[in-house]
Amino acid sequence: MDAPVQPEHDNVGVESAMKAAIVVFPGTNREVDMKDAFERVGASAVMAWHGDAEVPDCDLIVLPGGFAYGDYLRCGAMAAHSPIMKDVVKKANAGQPVLGVCNGFQTLIEARLLPGALLKNASLAFVCRDVHLRLEHAVKPLTGNLAEGDVIRVPVAHGDGNYFADAEMLKRLEGDGRIVFRYVAGPGEPDTRANPNGSTADIAGIVNDKGNVLGMMPHPEDATGPRQQSLDAVPLFAGIVEALS
Amino acid sequence: MSADPNSVRVTPNIAAEHGLTSDEYAKILEIIGREPNLTELGIFSAMWNEHCSYKSSRVWLKTLPTKAPWVICGPGENAGVVDIGDGLAAVFKMESHNHPSFIEPHQGAATGVGGIMRDVFTMGARPVANLNVLRFGAPEHPKTRYLVGGVVSGIGSYGNCMGVPTVGGQTSFHASYNGNNLVNAMCVGIAPADRIFYAAAGAIGAPVVYVGSKTGRDGIHGASMASAEFNEDTEEKRPTVQVGDPFTEKLLLEACLELMATDSIIGIQDMGAAGLTCSSVEMADKGNAGMDLDLDAVPQREAGMTAYELMLSESQERMLMVLKPEAEDRARAIFEKWELDFAVVGRITDSGRLIVKKDGKVQADLPVRPLSEEAPLYNRPWNETPQRPVIAAGDVPAPNSINQALLALIGSADLSSRRWIFEQYDHLVMGRTVQRPGGDAAVIEVPDRPGKGLAVTTDCTPRYCQADPFEGGKQAVAETFRNLCAVGARPLATTDCLNFGNPERADVMGTFVGAIKGLGEACSALDMPIVSGNVSLYNETNGKAVQPSPQIGAIGLIDDLDRTAGIGFAGTQHTILMIGDGIGHLGASLYLREIAGREEGAPPPVDLAAERRHGDFVRGQIEAGNVTCCHDISDGGALVALAEMALASGIGASVAMPHENQPAHAFWFGEDQGRYLVAVEGDGAALQDAANRAGVPTLVIGMTGGDALTVDGASPISLGTLRETFEGWLPRFMAGEPA
Repeated sequence: MDAPVQPEHDNVGVESAMKAAIVVFPGTNREVDMKDAFERVGASAVMAWHGDAEVPDCDLIVLPGGFAYGDYLRCGAMAAHSPIMKDVVKKANAGQPVLGVCNGFQTLIEARLLPGALLKNASLAFVCRDVHLRLEHAVKPLTGNLAEGDVIRVPVAHGDGNYFADAEMLKRLEGDGRIVFRYVAGPGEPDTRANPNGSTADIAGIVNDKGNVLGMMPHPEDATGPRQQSLDAVPLFAGIVEALS
Repeated sequence: MSADPNSVRVTPNIAAEHGLTSDEYAKILEIIGREPNLTELGIFSAMWNEHCSYKSSRVWLKTLPTKAPWVICGPGENAGVVDIGDGLAAVFKMESHNHPSFIEPHQGAATGVGGIMRDVFTMGARPVANLNVLRFGAPEHPKTRYLVGGVVSGIGSYGNCMGVPTVGGQTSFHASYNGNNLVNAMCVGIAPADRIFYAAAGAIGAPVVYVGSKTGRDGIHGASMASAEFNEDTEEKRPTVQVGDPFTEKLLLEACLELMATDSIIGIQDMGAAGLTCSSVEMADKGNAGMDLDLDAVPQREAGMTAYELMLSESQERMLMVLKPEAEDRARAIFEKWELDFAVVGRITDSGRLIVKKDGKVQADLPVRPLSEEAPLYNRPWNETPQRPVIAAGDVPAPNSINQALLALIGSADLSSRRWIFEQYDHLVMGRTVQRPGGDAAVIEVPDRPGKGLAVTTDCTPRYCQADPFEGGKQAVAETFRNLCAVGARPLATTDCLNFGNPERADVMGTFVGAIKGLGEACSALDMPIVSGNVSLYNETNGKAVQPSPQIGAIGLIDDLDRTAGIGFAGTQHTILMIGDGIGHLGASLYLREIAGREEGAPPPVDLAAERRHGDFVRGQIEAGNVTCCHDISDGGALVALAEMALASGIGASVAMPHENQPAHAFWFGEDQGRYLVAVEGDGAALQDAANRAGVPTLVIGMTGGDALTVDGASPISLGTLRETFEGWLPRFMAGEPA
């Protein structure tokens, strides 16, 4: 995305605008980043408490980044057993769009809404830097207005983002077009720096078989603000909001 | 149950084992009029050790400038508070965790970060930026790599989990830190200016509430350990290092801020060094009150803890609060929601005494005031550090080639890229990082104030401080001033973390005194009062002190984030100018150390009036939109700065010496102070005119463009080669590969 567009604020406050519910677990820490991203493109966002039995009425459920329960067990393992997750699973199975980013992706895997596993980074160290993602398959509405083949620059910030799927699962994911984002080298970058965590087949994000649950390790929400050094993810959020408003 | 320690009769020997001198013990006897029991002795030793009482440094700290119209709260509270306009205040402080980080690098560094964040949110601020200063031993020392790995992972583990971006800092290596590394953590928070919380707790009868983690046996006597020097038995002190739990601290942060938004708290104090002892005494003392504590009510992690252990434990992630009586239920509900312990453990009294009960018995009964205010105060003897001779540039040999010298410098331990470190820190969480690590100062956008920026930096050049503590102290402040001006920020205030050796040695004390005088002079001249800080003494092993390291952290304001500058060249065919001039000062420089193999000579002098004039000029030019990038000239000199500007942008440059007043290596690698590099569109004449009018010297030294750095007609160094050299050293070192 060479010419990032400034986010528009035209439909702020419009009643029909999309509403996102962002689930906050103890230890979640990127919920404000996520709220900002949706608000920048005119959606409204409310926080949903992990201890509640139901997700508030909304168009999109978001599980944001952080360290739910400190990630002292497997990342996301405790969060997946929070009271609210029963309702998230129910609504996801009924077709409601769900987006999980970073710790949210880990939680979706632990809740078995997505297949595979997220292992420790191959470097065994936490990594925070910009990466480049290529949209492999457009899955509406969750990949927004990005077009297949688009490359966007967004940050990662995680210690356990090394996506693993066995050969059989990988074949299914590939065959069904469920590998949504892959890490690729940025302009002038060596290929060795493309994948920040050693994930299988450079996978950065996948969807479930119905295409309504998307999990990804990178943080598109931190590439939507005029001072965030990349606006590449604006079309992602803008497209989701257009589709769900 | 452990045996009751209070059944042990306290002797002068036991007092000595608690780090108290015979004079200090005699004073205790005089204050309480009897022999203390062991718990009481422990309380005195915790309050009177160097770490808590500043007994060797207080006389000198008092000389530092701490006031300005924009300072809301200076030293003495958990952190300093500065008005940043728009109804907001910045709350910040830096603190050392040197000794624990050497003994157990991961947990030691992690709990240092946790402690400084607690200091900031205790005052009602949400932490928005962390920085850290790491000084390790020589790269070739067998322990260095292990310490770097542990400290960096520890800092990352805590800050990342808390969701507070770690945006900057400093890392260097020198053999003087072989047996005693430095880990200084700084945190900056933002609070409503009219809702700052303090420790004072003067409402008689009000409940004293304990919140956070349970108390265990960890960290007992941590503060005393931090007040003694190291020897071969240091490893045995590992059990005195606390273990951090950033998840609990994240909950504590959210719960405290939620409670602070209501009108419930009279006073609040975090339990840091010397835990329950220090927090209870300080709160009672500041409120001119007494306090009754019931230790049976303290949430405990293990069974059978004695009063002695409970009072001295340094378990992390705990707070002590005095609540308005009617607010108790509301507060309890908030802490229970966040699944944290909440216990009423005492009451404020008018007795002026700290009375500690456990198992129905009084375990300690001490007067509050003398515990803190009659702590010993020493005016330690000190020797002025001898002046070193100034080394003339002509007496320093030229390198075989300027290109080779540049590559050697940017590929050295101290000047190479810190990417391996800062990529392990989440520096982007909160989504407001405008300038990332790697520039002069990090810049964040102030939450809820779009377009308003806060610049934060930390600096010190210990080799200058060793050469001349006074000039080195001045330089530490001046360089933070320069870092802030270079991003277009208006410097506001500073915090200090003063790391020195054993103050009982007059030479070491002399370096401390010299540095304080230098800091004070610079802070006054540059209008950057010191609003908080920390002193760490006894940083030495077997009688050898670390280089004097008076670390300065500073913050500045950017009114309009559209008017700021980064270090990377922003386009080709831009004219590069040097702001400020010099004589090519190579004494105590990195060139002298790395290329000529000599650590000697006087450091570059700091002309504070020129420093201010140059900084104000540069900031004005950035605000006016006249420069396209800016970088201060510091370690390694002008050519190293140019290389960093090229690497940050991927745009090369051709540069030449504009005069023959100095040998080429002195011009390119000299470390004269008060200088910047800027680039402008066009020929730079307008900027030079403005500079002339402001009495600021400038030199046109080159032009941006191309994919190489070319010096004075020498062969070009490709950016690829520069990058490989600059990025290569630290990852190779950490992988154990040959340098």
